[in-house]
Amino acid sequence: MDYATLLQVLDTTVRLATPLLLACLAGLYSERAGIFDIGLEGKMLSAAMSAGAVAALTGSAWAGLLAGIGASMLFALLHGIAAITFRGNQLISGVALNFLASGLTVLIAQALFRQGGRTPPLTGEARFNPVTLPGAEALREVPLIGPLYFEVISGHSVLVYIAFLIVPLTWWVLFRTRFGLRLRAVGENPAAVDTAGVSVIGLRFAAVAITGVLCGLAGAYMATALQAGFGREMTAGRGYIALAALIFAKWRPVAAMWACLLFGFFQALALRPDVVQAVVQVKVPVPLLDALPYILTVLVLAGFVGKAIPPRAGGQPYVKER
Amino acid sequence: MAALADTLGRQETAAPFAIELRGISKAFGPVQANKDINIAVPKGTIHGIIGENGAGKSTLMSILYGFYKADSGQILVGGHPTPIPDSQSAIRAGIGMVFQHFKLVQNFTVLENIVLGAEEGALLNTSLGKARQVLKSLAQEYGLNVDPDALIEDLSVGHQQRVEILKALYRQADILILDEPTGVLTPDEADHLFRILRGLRDQGKTIILITHKLREIMEATDNVSVMRRGTMVATVKTSETSPEQLAELMVGRKVLLEVQKTPPVPGKVVLSVENLRVRDEDGVERLRGVSLEIRAGEILGIAGVAGNGQSELLAALGGMVKASGVALLNGAPLPLAGPGADGQSRREAGVAHVPEDRHHHGLILDFAAWENVAFGYHNDPKYQKSALFMDNAALRADTERKMATYDVRPPIPTLEAKNFSGGNQQKIVVAREVEQNPDLLLIGQPTRGVDIGAIEFIHKQLVALRDAGKAILLVSVELDEIMSLSDRIAVMFDGQIMGMRDPARTDERELGLLMAGMTGENAGAMKKEAH
Repeated sequence: MDYATLLQVLDTTVRLATPLLLACLAGLYSERAGIFDIGLEGKMLSAAMSAGAVAALTGSAWAGLLAGIGASMLFALLHGIAAITFRGNQLISGVALNFLASGLTVLIAQALFRQGGRTPPLTGEARFNPVTLPGAEALREVPLIGPLYFEVISGHSVLVYIAFLIVPLTWWVLFRTRFGLRLRAVGENPAAVDTAGVSVIGLRFAAVAITGVLCGLAGAYMATALQAGFGREMTAGRGYIALAALIFAKWRPVAAMWACLLFGFFQALALRPDVVQAVVQVKVPVPLLDALPYILTVLVLAGFVGKAIPPRAGGQPYVKER
Repeated sequence: MAALADTLGRQETAAPFAIELRGISKAFGPVQANKDINIAVPKGTIHGIIGENGAGKSTLMSILYGFYKADSGQILVGGHPTPIPDSQSAIRAGIGMVFQHFKLVQNFTVLENIVLGAEEGALLNTSLGKARQVLKSLAQEYGLNVDPDALIEDLSVGHQQRVEILKALYRQADILILDEPTGVLTPDEADHLFRILRGLRDQGKTIILITHKLREIMEATDNVSVMRRGTMVATVKTSETSPEQLAELMVGRKVLLEVQKTPPVPGKVVLSVENLRVRDEDGVERLRGVSLEIRAGEILGIAGVAGNGQSELLAALGGMVKASGVALLNGAPLPLAGPGADGQSRREAGVAHVPEDRHHHGLILDFAAWENVAFGYHNDPKYQKSALFMDNAALRADTERKMATYDVRPPIPTLEAKNFSGGNQQKIVVAREVEQNPDLLLIGQPTRGVDIGAIEFIHKQLVALRDAGKAILLVSVELDEIMSLSDRIAVMFDGQIMGMRDPARTDERELGLLMAGMTGENAGAMKKEAH
């Protein structure tokens, strides 16, 4: 594999890792606050459909983004009401919302556009187009670094840069702010937060709302940047892969980024069977390559990556003790 | 007592009370948890609140800390009426609470736990820096030394409790409420706690100590209020009362605090255990080679701070966990793993077990009392009607008989276990196990969460079983209970037996040192030094 091909694969890796990363960080906020969220998939899907539809109707990618975030937050709010207010089972609520999103998105898209559950192809301003970073053209001829900067780092949509900036931001929020301290505490021992006079319910809803925003970004990116429009089940299990990456990363933001890049890399390989064949000297069936990220997900979830200790109060509704 | 009310009344003109409750009532559905409670705590005193389980102590304190809203009544802090709708208001009013179960985040540092909820601004660095300074001065002022950067999960229980006290002091609490603070402490740690509390009092803090242990009330408090069935029955000066009087006030009748028993007549060895070892799920060895013998007609008491292998010892002997080693019951091997190492086989072999945690292992709370009485003995021929069917009528009649003998209230076999009080639940479990007339009774925390009246009864049953020539292994974290019931005492620390003592020839101090892991020789030397 030559350098240019490697850069192409890495470029694809970054593009494919972005929705995973946004969803993974979304899950991180929720789970760090003690609310398990298996419904990342559904939130992304609803955001993708809303973003695709609104972008198609208004011709503005930004309007689509807002609509996507709105739809995702609505789902997050439903999950919050079920899991926090009514102390329901968080897994069941998440699964239910995934089913709801799966059916509802196709239904609405079909009702609006009559194109078999898809939204119309997006063009121009209705999509987030690649941004060329300053100096990319100029540095292009510099050996090694120039092409790396031009191919891999520059030339993505603005949402990609936002996603990767959210990584250090999340680290800072979690470990350097009052909100982060309380958020982590409420996922470990909500009674400690409650007796300290801080609202457990308020904190958990705040966390779930952030999860909604980030899933909204992830879904909008899928429909208006990575691809040009919404298609049935277009998230294809990315919500679950993001969960696996979260566990792989042991609920830490920077590790989450690397985990998502790894999953993204496998997804990128699936798109380039020729490269894989050149490297391993064996013709690998494409379906097997397609399955690779999912196989890795199963391995991670089965605990082959060492013991990951989730937040201690995760999944348990908080009931004030007598 | 009227005289004390007078003295307390006169103080009011001089200095207002730190805290005063007037006519507090609180009902949960039909249950009146607090009825017209009046209490006045003078500033700079340690005030004990004592009462049986369910007397309403915790409800009262939860009202004071804003967890519940009282149905009626008034709270005065420093002489001013102060509504306390939530914990934040309690903190603002200068009330700090140290709960029985600590409210700490295990994987946070001491410093992070202390600032949680009391941060200065949105960024952490300033808060943590300030807390570090405050902690330093608090450590100097009150002798409350804790490493600010240690993780809570690495601290001993005694130190975790200090963190809770520091949390309250950091929030500038003037009134400190401690709910059953010594339940998890060694006698030494408890002594240290009381020294700290006295120091705090001498600096002008007011301390409310909630406990069911008479000894602590006598040792640590200036005044004591007694609660019974939701009412405040008396407030007395500690120096003018006695444990006997307090016990009578708590229960409403005379109570024997001392266990009455004759010297033991040990017979043949019933259980002998060699090199018993248990590993937990994480592979950590919890029981590290325990050997012991129990004879017929004796009670072997296992003392120790909770979590030093006593639970594993009971579980292994009771067939609840896999263990290695050799165990002989009446000379025959007792399987420690594989077939035959389960609760039912044990009971068939004559080993009865009253588990430490009656809610998880002793009872099914949603099942009726008569169904609970069958557990472990449901294959007993006396409960069978035919090969296929159980004789539920016989079982219910048997339950009724047991409830009468053990004075279980209410004596209704069809009532679900969760609807009995802790003491009556425990009586159901003890009745089930003891009435099967086992050769060996394993019993863990027989009186945890059980009121004084029921404690007296359960203790009598244990002594009667011993006098009937049965062997009893008693595990308890209550040192008083171990000392008064046991014929021999083994002290456990870190999964091993540190020493065997004769209760007549030892004292709490020596046992306390053994419980803290000092070997017999060290403990002896330390004891001499202390004298």
